[in-house]
Amino acid sequence: MEAHPAQPDAPTPAQRADVDLTSKPSGPIAAAMIAAGIGALVLGILTVWAEASEGFKESLAYNDRVGPLSGKTIWATVAFFVSFGALSLGLRRRHVDLAKATVITLVLLGLGYLGTFAPFFRMFAPE
Amino acid sequence: MELTTREFWGLVHGLGLGGLFLVAFAGGLAGLYSLRPELVTEAGVAERMRRLVAGTTTMAAVAWATVITGTWVVYPWYREDEPNSPRSALLASEDTKDWHEFGMEWKEHIAWIAPMLATAVAVMVIYYRHDLIRNQTARRLVTGLFVAAFATAAIAGILGALITKKAPIT
Repeated sequence: MEAHPAQPDAPTPAQRADVDLTSKPSGPIAAAMIAAGIGALVLGILTVWAEASEGFKESLAYNDRVGPLSGKTIWATVAFFVSFGALSLGLRRRHVDLAKATVITLVLLGLGYLGTFAPFFRMFAPE
Repeated sequence: MELTTREFWGLVHGLGLGGLFLVAFAGGLAGLYSLRPELVTEAGVAERMRRLVAGTTTMAAVAWATVITGTWVVYPWYREDEPNSPRSALLASEDTKDWHEFGMEWKEHIAWIAPMLATAVAVMVIYYRHDLIRNQTARRLVTGLFVAAFATAAIAGILGALITKKAPIT
């Protein structure tokens, strides 16, 4: 009996389910979702970090009138579009497990929401 | 009866763009909900997809326009370092300071998550188009993100309306 070589790229059952459901690869969809999560996470991290460090907060004030919110939102937006572009390029022809991509997105979004929640980030303010 | 420049931009940000966002969401959600094989004909799918693409793309564009005008046009007036700015007025009293420290500080950050989610939804709809009716997993994912984008914007919008009522930008 001839042994078949291992196929590292063989789809998992979940991936096969996705392939069956649609003719289009699900990679670009996973890229869009995860990029939104990354943008939210970066905003959350910058918000907490700025609260904890007065120097960092000042460094984010690219515009005097807007203050540190200008830097936080610019970098979060950059993170969203850059990660969307990079993930789209990497995943554009791949069928990925959308259940896994959803879990990753939810975790990233959850951390982003937590970091931007005022009672949470205020806990990091110096005494 | 006239509006100051600040009041005008406050209206554009909150009522104009906010109202358009609500309309785009309602249309998009109705389209997504009814995008099921048992509910629409082939001809109906084509017509519905055009509306769905228009609705989700408009919602994403309006969400970006709302946060950009909010942060770069209206917010600087709110936080001016003057005794009669809304921020100063709210912080001047123990009874109202939470409107800034909880309400405004949460709103000004969380609002920026909405356009990212709305853009992801628009990309998903444009990418899948007619396949969304066959791929119910993707349709449910799109609907979930769509509702999350709206809920996020709603938190920011409601807080903004309440803060404006307490300390309007004039």
